[in-house]
Amino acid sequence: MNMKKIIIDPITRLEGHGKIVIFLDEAGEVQRAYFQVPELRGFEKFAEGRQAEDMPQITSRICGVCPWAHHMAATKALDDLYKVEPPPAAKKIREMAYNVFMLEDHALHFFYLGGPDFLVGPKAPKAERNILGVLGKVGLEAGKRVILMRKELRGLEALIGGRTINPVMGLPGGVSKALTEANRKECQAVAERAVDFALFALKTFEEVVLKNREYLELITSEAYTHRTYYMGLVDENDRVNFYDGRLRVVDPKGRELLKFRAQDYLDHISEHVEPWSYVKYPYLKAVGWKGFLDGEESGIFSVAPLARLNASAGMGTPKAQEAYERMYDTLGGRPVHHTLANHWARVIEMVYAAERVLELARDPELTDPHVRVLPEATPTVGIGVVEAPRGVLIHHYETDERGLIKRANLIVATQNNSARMVLSIDKAAKSLIKQGKVDDGLLNMIEMAFRAYDPCHACASHAIPGQMPIVVEVLDHKGELVRRLARGF
Amino acid sequence: MPKEPFEDRSSRSIPSGSAFEPKIVAFFCNWCTYTAADLAGTSRMHYAPNVRIIRVMCSGRIDPQFVLKAFHEGADGVLIGGCHPGDCHYQEGNYKALRRYKLLKRLLAQLGVEEGRLRLEWIAASEGDKVKRVIDEMTEEIRRLGPFRPSEAEPVEKQAVLAGQPREAR
Amino acid sequence: MMAEAKPKVAFYWCASCGGCEEAVVDLAEDLLKVVEAVELAFWPVALDFKREDVERLPDGSLAAAFINGAIRLSEHEEMAHLLRRKAQLVIAYGSCAHLGGVPGLANLHDRGSIFQYVYRDAPSVANPEGVFPQERFPAEEGELELPAFWDTVKALDQVVEVDYYVPGCPPTPKVTRAAIEALFGEGELPPKGTVLGAGTRALCHECPLNETKPDKLLLEGFKRVHEVIPEPNKCLLAQGLICLGPATREGCGALCISANMPCTGCFGPLDRVRDYGGKALSEIASILNSNDEGEIERALEKVADPVGTFYRYSLPRSFLGRRIRRGDRP
Ligand code: SF4
Ligand code: SF4
Ligand code: SF4
Ligand code: FES
Repeated sequence: MNMKKIIIDPITRLEGHGKIVIFLDEAGEVQRAYFQVPELRGFEKFAEGRQAEDMPQITSRICGVCPWAHHMAATKALDDLYKVEPPPAAKKIREMAYNVFMLEDHALHFFYLGGPDFLVGPKAPKAERNILGVLGKVGLEAGKRVILMRKELRGLEALIGGRTINPVMGLPGGVSKALTEANRKECQAVAERAVDFALFALKTFEEVVLKNREYLELITSEAYTHRTYYMGLVDENDRVNFYDGRLRVVDPKGRELLKFRAQDYLDHISEHVEPWSYVKYPYLKAVGWKGFLDGEESGIFSVAPLARLNASAGMGTPKAQEAYERMYDTLGGRPVHHTLANHWARVIEMVYAAERVLELARDPELTDPHVRVLPEATPTVGIGVVEAPRGVLIHHYETDERGLIKRANLIVATQNNSARMVLSIDKAAKSLIKQGKVDDGLLNMIEMAFRAYDPCHACASHAIPGQMPIVVEVLDHKGELVRRLARGF
Repeated sequence: MPKEPFEDRSSRSIPSGSAFEPKIVAFFCNWCTYTAADLAGTSRMHYAPNVRIIRVMCSGRIDPQFVLKAFHEGADGVLIGGCHPGDCHYQEGNYKALRRYKLLKRLLAQLGVEEGRLRLEWIAASEGDKVKRVIDEMTEEIRRLGPFRPSEAEPVEKQAVLAGQPREAR
Repeated sequence: MMAEAKPKVAFYWCASCGGCEEAVVDLAEDLLKVVEAVELAFWPVALDFKREDVERLPDGSLAAAFINGAIRLSEHEEMAHLLRRKAQLVIAYGSCAHLGGVPGLANLHDRGSIFQYVYRDAPSVANPEGVFPQERFPAEEGELELPAFWDTVKALDQVVEVDYYVPGCPPTPKVTRAAIEALFGEGELPPKGTVLGAGTRALCHECPLNETKPDKLLLEGFKRVHEVIPEPNKCLLAQGLICLGPATREGCGALCISANMPCTGCFGPLDRVRDYGGKALSEIASILNSNDEGEIERALEKVADPVGTFYRYSLPRSFLGRRIRRGDRP
């Protein structure tokens, strides 16, 4: 067999070192591209025997970039486990803190990571496609604002959660700490600035994209398009909600396929295992696993900003709703299948998160000292869900009567997108490798596709340069290096 | 008095041989159990020669770390001996030992260490026969359980399971 | 600028959650100062690095390598060895590298049982054919490789020699700054093995609630965190919550306690304590005010998960290191 093997090792960390291996056939055409995740830590297993109430802190160590998502999903699973309804103030504190986190994380991504591709321009020299380039584009004043805003948001997280990375506030039936009026005022003041800030991000993005045909073409190009199912958490009016609601799934035509409570997730979601990756591939049970294919026949679904918007009927706050409508008007209605539209959806979500923080921060009930209900029920099963920045996140615990975990299961946000990421890479490889020739644009395209998904494990990574270093190695069938492409800082 | 209890090694050498001979580390309170062991020795009672006795001033002085370290360094069992309740020379030292022992037992159970490998006994200075009985019983019990073998002693290479299916799934 | 005079520094992550990397990013403006003081020769999360580039460096040419995360996969261990060769100083950054960390709780199991659960028995998995990830997989088109998953998680100093430690899960910006100052500041290097950036006393000393902690603390029983709403401004341990402040190194500023939650010990043991869990367990058991066996046992039931409580961050670095295996070793 005369096959070539191309290895793309993104080096920066997509959980360990995410790795892409592309096999060519004798004619030099792509046979198949594999995106491997070479990392596993086994949290689901070693959760066994732990005290359920420790899970919000233990699982936040799954990901130091989105510890809040795990913390909150775990805390909600504990509410369910102990059948306690947190008091209104506790729910509001949680939702507010959670939206602060969503905003902060999205802002990091938008300005530092994925955004530079657009704000500075995909064709700009790579040395400029980073936060510094963004500063050049939006101006130093605005740039300082980005840094300051992020710092303020991180400050609020520490204020409410005890710690920024790995918070400790979550308990079954509430939160560990009530907020004072002074705290509330501080939250409100930051939230007011945050709304302006998010609108500024949105305006920047819309101006850059809408005024540039090329960008629009790039976003809508077939290379970045996959017609899959979409899943997201929605409130009772089918509007996006990060903290609570039901999971709604729409098909590739935008029709509602399912709407279910997180507690019923096992009826709807299964995970497929491949021997060449440590990651599992969730799919919709109703449609089934048909391999790495898109379309209505394949149970692969997508999560995260674009999927959330696709799976919803709108946004819960006014300015975000306007932006939502503008995006769908521009891109031709729901659902949008273009992976790169994730960036747009993400800024819209920033506006929503900021508006939601402000709404909650203005609520006088926020400072009610009654923030905990002590659980009394005997625990058996608890399931909790939130929207992590990178998509649906479900924690599921089963315990003995002392509240010690007997079995835990986690459906992790990035994992929900892993099958679609494999599709994206395969497509990129097939369109840019012809007759054994590797187009230099391949790296760029893979990089852009990755960034749009913002795979969880990578985001801490390119925080500084905003550039994902990638190495492509072309190996002949004997494993000898034929060509090497490298891109990086 | 030794500063670090591990410096006080018993001169008794442990017989080697191909058959498994349990190694037991015993932390004995100076005032009671250690004296009892002495008594057992001078009165020529024969108890199993598998024990290394480490003298401490009071069972309350036994840090759970000592026990863990003993296992780490190759003990197959650990015996703690102190004065009977009410008789501790430092008043409550033995109760403190009891509380730590109880919690340590729970921890060791989670770590897969069998019940019989750690034992606490109240043995007064006069109870030389009890020393003999407890040591003999414990030696038998551990002989039955087999060697302790913590994995840290294993070479790193051995820890990687060979490529392929996990053991249970093969 | 005399770029060539700057010490070269590497950052690397093993089995890490990324929190330790975020912690470095959270230095914010101070990160720029760090970048001024040192040359970042290798930081895979942020800089284009290839392993061969590090391999090509002369041995000892890096002034320091900061490594976070535990040793979980073959790849982590290889990188630790490589960096040890290239760096004059190796610094274990964060609880995972320092003590094995939260992922070290996997030492209650081994590879086989983790794989079985994660890929076959977890309730959402549909894997009727029993497919498991393979270190080498002969795909139709060619061979694919994954790094080996070890049976046992280790702390960094269990695979390479470590010069210094920076504690915390993750270390706070203050601790990180102090550690960098200790290494690259004016003064002499601290003695080898020093835990940098934090203090040498127990956390209680810097806890604002310390004043309310009785000198001789005796408790009738313990409570789990979800069972009680603690009184404000009163030592949590004195209220029966298992706060590990007395056994834990100071330095974080009592962060968890500021949110009314007990310390779980992420800063690790004090100097001269070799087994954090053993020591912490000892502290907790000692304050129980009972001499009755049955009563003691009942009270200790509230410590429902001793390993998860006392070894939350340090099982690999404990004396036993992992759950003892019986009869399954050759
Ligand atoms: S020490 Fe804590 S923050 Fe750092 S990598 Fe480990 S789990 Fe994450
Ligand atoms: S035991 Fe905990 S709450 Fe009490 S003083 Fe020490 S650190 Fe503070
Ligand atoms: S209070 Fe304890 S667990 Fe919390 S940050 Fe400080 S040392 Fe870590
Ligand atoms: S003196 Fe013997 S146990 Fe305290």
